[in-house]
Amino acid sequence: MLSIKDLTVNVGDKQILKGINLEIKAGEIHAIMGPNGSGKSTLSHVLSGKAGYEVTGGSVMYQGKDLLDMAPEIRAREGVFLAFQYPVEIPGVSNIYLLKAALNAIRKHHGLSEVDAMDFLTLVKHKVKLLEMDEKFLYRAVNEGFSGGEKKRNEILQMAILEPKLCILDETDSGLDIDALKVVAEGVNSLRSENRGFLMITHYQRLLDYIKPDYVHVLANGKIVKSGGAELALELEEKGYGWLEGQVAA
Amino acid sequence: MNTAITSRYVAEYDALAPTLPGQSLLWLQQLRRNALAKFSANGFPSPREEEWRYTNVSAIEKKLFTPSLNQLSNQVDANWLKTQQLADAWSVVLINGYFSIEYSQLEGLPESIVIMSIADALVKKSPLVESYAGQAVNHQEHGFVAFNTAYFTDGVLVHVPAKQVLTKPIQLLHIVTQADAMATTRTVILVDELAEAQVIETFVGLDNSYLTDAVTEVFVGKAAYLTLTKMQIESEKAYHFGGTYVRQAKDARFTHHNFAFGGLLARCDIHTDLDQASECELNGLYLGVKRQHIDNHTRINHLKPHAISREMYKGVLDDRAKGVFQGRVIVAEDAQKTDSQMNNRNLLLSDDAEADTKPQLEIYADDVKCGHGVTVGQLDEKSIFYLQSRCVDEETARNMLTFAFANEMVDKIKIKSLHDKVLEQVLVRFPQEGVEKDWL
Repeated sequence: MLSIKDLTVNVGDKQILKGINLEIKAGEIHAIMGPNGSGKSTLSHVLSGKAGYEVTGGSVMYQGKDLLDMAPEIRAREGVFLAFQYPVEIPGVSNIYLLKAALNAIRKHHGLSEVDAMDFLTLVKHKVKLLEMDEKFLYRAVNEGFSGGEKKRNEILQMAILEPKLCILDETDSGLDIDALKVVAEGVNSLRSENRGFLMITHYQRLLDYIKPDYVHVLANGKIVKSGGAELALELEEKGYGWLEGQVAA
Repeated sequence: MNTAITSRYVAEYDALAPTLPGQSLLWLQQLRRNALAKFSANGFPSPREEEWRYTNVSAIEKKLFTPSLNQLSNQVDANWLKTQQLADAWSVVLINGYFSIEYSQLEGLPESIVIMSIADALVKKSPLVESYAGQAVNHQEHGFVAFNTAYFTDGVLVHVPAKQVLTKPIQLLHIVTQADAMATTRTVILVDELAEAQVIETFVGLDNSYLTDAVTEVFVGKAAYLTLTKMQIESEKAYHFGGTYVRQAKDARFTHHNFAFGGLLARCDIHTDLDQASECELNGLYLGVKRQHIDNHTRINHLKPHAISREMYKGVLDDRAKGVFQGRVIVAEDAQKTDSQMNNRNLLLSDDAEADTKPQLEIYADDVKCGHGVTVGQLDEKSIFYLQSRCVDEETARNMLTFAFANEMVDKIKIKSLHDKVLEQVLVRFPQEGVEKDWL
């Protein structure tokens, strides 16, 4: 589904990603862990097409297409979804308006007609219930005045409705208390499917207690320095990142 | 500045004077003559006056605007009128500056509430007009107030007596149908102690060049609450000069929404004087396209302690449009514990659009909380990317965000029918595809 080869990325003159290699197949959950400043967020931003990053080498193929060639909205319509670390507040645009605009953009992209108004409402209300959210939430402005937990839950709601193929979760656990974390994790788990791949970016192992990854990669200083199964996360929790960063230097 | 056109207006005044209301009232005669003398000496305001430095009105001096004296021509199409009137409101209609009882809808208005033509009130020698007209604003204020005082042809007197709480809003619908007409109206709104009312002033016109010079004087009594909304959607060839001058008594609350969408050149002054522990909220939204010039000028006078003022003006300017915001907050020496916040935010959609903004704080008291903020800029790139990451293309994202920026002000309107009318106007300028109105 996603194939990253020797990806190098600069911000300004500084090289942040120094040759990333990663293969994600449909149905797999990959976690990328790493200390602050290792390049985790840069990777998620580059994959979703945020401006301000210069790809200096390597390639990213998504379902056989060059992902880096696509505008951010085309990536999204093709099924790449980024759950933001800091979801943006958009006063004046209601959640439901954004959801419909997004869903119709995807449908149009795939040559389908616009979603029927009744079908849309039924779908949205169903998903809202699934995530244990209040329907009134839909009519509020996107993320405006939301608590940290509500913002993250809203990201998962969007994901549940847009049904992406590749979900990138950028520090989804940050700023969440344990109850909010559980709700968000349940939402993500309910979306697990054999057709869908996940890339979870996180600093802490905590999230992985609730969303069990198939693979864990450690990113340090712009490179993946170690890959393994879910048990690697536990090892990291115990030992910290220091021993791996030492390996890079060596 | 006295110009050729000023002299022509003055020269024709004597012929016109007998048609103006209140001829038998000495106090008004005197007031009008004084105002005319002021106008004769100074003319229309010039950019050399500090409060007019960003707005040059010389375009209106190219021709003589005249009152629409022929009552037969002061008619409108009844079906079109319905589209302008708010459902669930008492409404009065002024056509070309003249009150029209025929088109007004005042059914069910409680007898104690006065909504009448100011010309009629003068004929009936209403003591209210004599006591209040010219009290909230002096004709010396500037050329357009002097002009209005000398020339006003009609207007509305609204009186809500003490403790009355109006169940429906009152709409004052100003319509100009005649080319080159001068529509000069004076409105007096009195909301007495503990009373509550919502009044809407709508200004519309047919696709002509004309001049609106409207002055509204507002008196909000002790602990009374008035929400006044101005919806200015004049013809894009028209000149609009409107002033709202407010006096708030102790504990009085005043909320003003100012939607400035129309006119080739539009200027609006909102002044309010705050007595002890009174509160005012001034909201504004101006949308300029093509070569529109839209100027909003506010002045909040904190005269006594413990008053609160909140101000938020937003502008969206496209093409070669120019928006001006000048906001003054004056805190008198006696006005301790004043709490004041003033904001002006502008969005420029084209390289040729311009926003001039000038917030001014003049503080003479030492124990106050006052702040102001001003921005002139483009849309937030983070928000654009967020929408793009949700499948929305960049152009649509920009359109959504521009609409949202404006809609934040529309959202503050509590009256549903009015909210929908204003929203409709915003949507004409920034259409949103496939969206239900309830979602906005």
